[in-house]
Amino acid sequence: MSRITEKDVDYVAGLAQLVLDGPTKAKMVKDLGEILGYIDKLNELDTTGVEPMMHVLDMSNVYRQDVVGESLTQDQALKNAPKTDGAYFLVPRILDGEH
Amino acid sequence: MEYEAVIGMEVHVEINTKSKVFCACNNDFHAPPNTHVCPVCLGMPGVLPVLNIGMVEASVAVGLALNCKISRWSKMDRKNYFYPDLAKNYQISQYDLPLCHDGEMEIDIEGGTKRIGITRAHMEEDTARNTHTIGTRESGVDFNRCGVPLLEIVTEPDIRSADEAFAYLTALKQILQYLDVSDCNMEEGSLRAEANISIRPKGTVEFGTKTEVKNVASFSGVHKAIDFEIRRQRAALDKGDAIVQETRGWDADKGITFVQRSKESAHDYRYFPDPDLVPVVVDEAWEQRIRESLPELPRARNHRFQAEYALSPYDAGVVTSTRAMADYYEATVKAGAPAKLAANWIMGDLQGMLVERKLDIAQCPVTAASLGEMIRLIEDGTINGKIAKDLLPEMIDSGKSADLLVKEKGLVQISDRGELEAIVRGVLDANPGPVEDFKAGKDRAKGFLVGQIMKATKGKGNPKLVNEILERLLAS
Amino acid sequence: MGQELFRLKAHEIRGAIRRGETTATEVTQSVLGRIGAVEGKVQAYTEIWGDYAQQRAADIDRRIKAGEDPGPLAGVPIGLKDNYCTTEGTTGCCSKILKGFRSPYNGTVVEKLLDAGAVFLGKLNMDEFAMGSSTENSSVQKTRNPWNLRCVPGGSSGGAAAGIAAHEAAVTMGSDTGGSIRQPAALCGCLGLKPTYGRVSRYGLVAFASSLDQIGPFTKDAEDMALIMGVIAGRDPRDSTSADIPVPDYSKALRDDIKGLRIGLPKECFTDALGAEMREKILAAVEVLKAQGAQVVEVSLPHTEYAIAVYYIICTAEASANLARFDGVRYGYRHPDAKSVEDMYRLSKSHGYGPEVQRRIMLGTYVLSSGYYDAYYLKAQKVRALIKKDFEDAFQSCDIIATPTTPTPAFEFGAKTDDPLEMYLSDIYTSSINLAGIPGMSIPCGLTASKLPAGLQLLGKPFDEETLIRVAYAYEKHSGWERADAPIT
Ligand SMILES: [Mg+2]
Ligand SMILES: [Zn+2]
Repeated sequence: MSRITEKDVDYVAGLAQLVLDGPTKAKMVKDLGEILGYIDKLNELDTTGVEPMMHVLDMSNVYRQDVVGESLTQDQALKNAPKTDGAYFLVPRILDGEH
Repeated sequence: MEYEAVIGMEVHVEINTKSKVFCACNNDFHAPPNTHVCPVCLGMPGVLPVLNIGMVEASVAVGLALNCKISRWSKMDRKNYFYPDLAKNYQISQYDLPLCHDGEMEIDIEGGTKRIGITRAHMEEDTARNTHTIGTRESGVDFNRCGVPLLEIVTEPDIRSADEAFAYLTALKQILQYLDVSDCNMEEGSLRAEANISIRPKGTVEFGTKTEVKNVASFSGVHKAIDFEIRRQRAALDKGDAIVQETRGWDADKGITFVQRSKESAHDYRYFPDPDLVPVVVDEAWEQRIRESLPELPRARNHRFQAEYALSPYDAGVVTSTRAMADYYEATVKAGAPAKLAANWIMGDLQGMLVERKLDIAQCPVTAASLGEMIRLIEDGTINGKIAKDLLPEMIDSGKSADLLVKEKGLVQISDRGELEAIVRGVLDANPGPVEDFKAGKDRAKGFLVGQIMKATKGKGNPKLVNEILERLLAS
Repeated sequence: MGQELFRLKAHEIRGAIRRGETTATEVTQSVLGRIGAVEGKVQAYTEIWGDYAQQRAADIDRRIKAGEDPGPLAGVPIGLKDNYCTTEGTTGCCSKILKGFRSPYNGTVVEKLLDAGAVFLGKLNMDEFAMGSSTENSSVQKTRNPWNLRCVPGGSSGGAAAGIAAHEAAVTMGSDTGGSIRQPAALCGCLGLKPTYGRVSRYGLVAFASSLDQIGPFTKDAEDMALIMGVIAGRDPRDSTSADIPVPDYSKALRDDIKGLRIGLPKECFTDALGAEMREKILAAVEVLKAQGAQVVEVSLPHTEYAIAVYYIICTAEASANLARFDGVRYGYRHPDAKSVEDMYRLSKSHGYGPEVQRRIMLGTYVLSSGYYDAYYLKAQKVRALIKKDFEDAFQSCDIIATPTTPTPAFEFGAKTDDPLEMYLSDIYTSSINLAGIPGMSIPCGLTASKLPAGLQLLGKPFDEETLIRVAYAYEKHSGWERADAPIT
């Protein structure tokens, strides 16, 4: 029994911005199903009352002082970009400003 | 049917720290594109964020000013979504444990005050800015704003009208400006307000389906958008249509809201604690230190001014509208000016002159001490009010004190009875016509004569004395 | 000095240069010559910085001549895994999506090594974004195990392990998220250390799983391990998770004295799942330590069997966010057909990432997605706490823990590529150490009958890398197994 369906894979691929062709998707359903099946081992464990770990180190309050430091030059910032106009990073036209 | 609106506000405020929230870039994005950027805020491979302590302290200050509880322990989370303005394709924000929560704010509404619950205020990072050139198939992205510290303040659904929303935003902005944590410039986006709006039959308690109105560029725009949205929802329900949960934009030109994104495409943000950042622990001592550093807040100051200086609620409201004006006002009074007169001068002539000169009161060349001295000169009869009105612009433009200008220009009021009487007699002798007119019952003639006398004294005649002498001589 | 300077260890090079017996230039040329001779077979490097390295060596020699302090690693030739951000060369994580990326900055460890006088030789092959256990997931090339060219070098730092085993560098630098230093070190017969989480700055290491990643060295002996750790360890204000704990003088650990040291053997690591030959190697190595006065105690790590499951939830969840930034906007690959923003993401990512990276992004996205967070991610973080507690409990009765590094020696190419789960189980002894955040070192402990190296894994208390180095040093002195050279056949 698979833990994950093709529909699940489609949904997750959408979130992750991946497109999977037919054979890739079938393999993904199989692989993820097996891995998640293995992961189900964890259900053997009763973790009631266990505090989830966030950091292995017990650290808190690590800050930087509010001081301005160096930035990159515009050239340095843009130098690796696939497409620029010399000042802005260029991307295919963004249709709305939803965020 | 009669409906009631249920409105909650979400406000994003850019905090004016010197550097960005997770890197040392200058927190001023009005620079040539992509010049206030570094590997961290560009989301380059291998970089790590380090939280700016200035942001934490500013956020706690806002939380305290909004009567929030400050979390002893909070954390930063990743909010995952793809967008070209988001360098890492996740935003560092706070999810289930915001820094500030469960606060409240009072606003003035018709016939009294109202409490607006503050659900939470949390720290996050701003995104880059996209630009679109008409007619091109591409957008440009400028990351100068990416990583600017942002505080998101969310209210309970306690607001019932566009007026209340407007009052809330005004009061919130005033508090933020008193705290000096943001310039709150809505046009430039340093304060951005979104409204969640639903309506329900009056008297019911269940919430209706809400819409979210975003991208409004001014408080009055928010007011209009909410009004429109309430009317739109009411019309829909009256027609028997259902309200669709969706995000709507505001078209200021047409004065309408429009669908931007429906719920079907809403995101699954996959929040999880950011492993690159450690918990923010604000203990009682730290909270107390920040509390002690808070300035007196606008409402408290307003009430104190009414009590201490016997100002009317209106005057107190105007004088405390900004922290700078309230500071200026208090300093003027401390310099010896009577409270009411000081308020009149500041709210009236001074404010008008500053507006003409496009100056803020914080930049006023006339110090509060100097204004206080000028008002004292009126009070002790050294100069009259008319002279003072001419004096003030000169004080602003020259930066000289009232005392100095009065001496330089010989503006001391003539209060010598003999001297004044001689001048009045001279004017009456020179103007037999108006004197006749007055005696024939034409009161207007007296005004003319006063004008002539003030002219003869170069405006320095003590108005009270001039009047008294004139009346006596005319009656004789 | 003899002709084969490339065989020297870092501390030997350091000494010889300081004594004027050789120069940084001679050493660098020797190692570059060695690279030229064997790289065709081993393929450890994805980029070789020949001119840069020679200039750098010449510069160091000039400084030495001028009487300047050349730094503790002056003239030591070092190779870097391709996930270290360097302004020299490119930083591609052996992924098509980041191919040709030129970092505008050097990572903290890179800076520290440069300040110490290291001579960088180039970038080393790895599994794409450090995801893998055989380096077969590199989009660039296959690296072969110098002990048997038909076998994988392990992964993900396979280039770093093979490179040092083949004497193509005196020291190589890798990263370890679930075993990516220790496992290839074991398979290639060299030393590999994953320091305590927070001991070494991660700034400038391209992130795979932020709560697990650590930078660490591959060396030819324990003394070099002490030397490198002394340079790279310590708090970095650019890494919020780097610990503000003083860095000890690691050279004090080189004292051949382990009398009374308590070595814990976890019973869960010596089950039937471990082959007889590997078990024999590990127990023989422990005997060597016992002979030097160490005591052996049995300990228990009851949640060991859950480590792989926990590990693959946490590392993929974190990776799904960490890798989101490779979108073709600011750097990296953008598919030429992208006409919309969505296309730009989807085409670039689908063509830019290899299958294993896509699989892990999918798994990580799934375990965080709406409705599954509690069942997977939160559950994993709870079990992670239990795993950490296991180690704390075990260290109540011992000073270090010894386990095999891997269940088997190096395997052949293609042996596990069709079955991701089987490949994941290669990390069975290593991944729990990253979950607990403690330090772990693999040291060579002999060859199997098929002439492949076996690795002994030593685990320490948090921030106690010193004891690991001390034990490794004692073992080297008394194992009687003088580190043989890989035949490169
Ligand atoms: Mg927000
Ligand atoms: Zn920056």
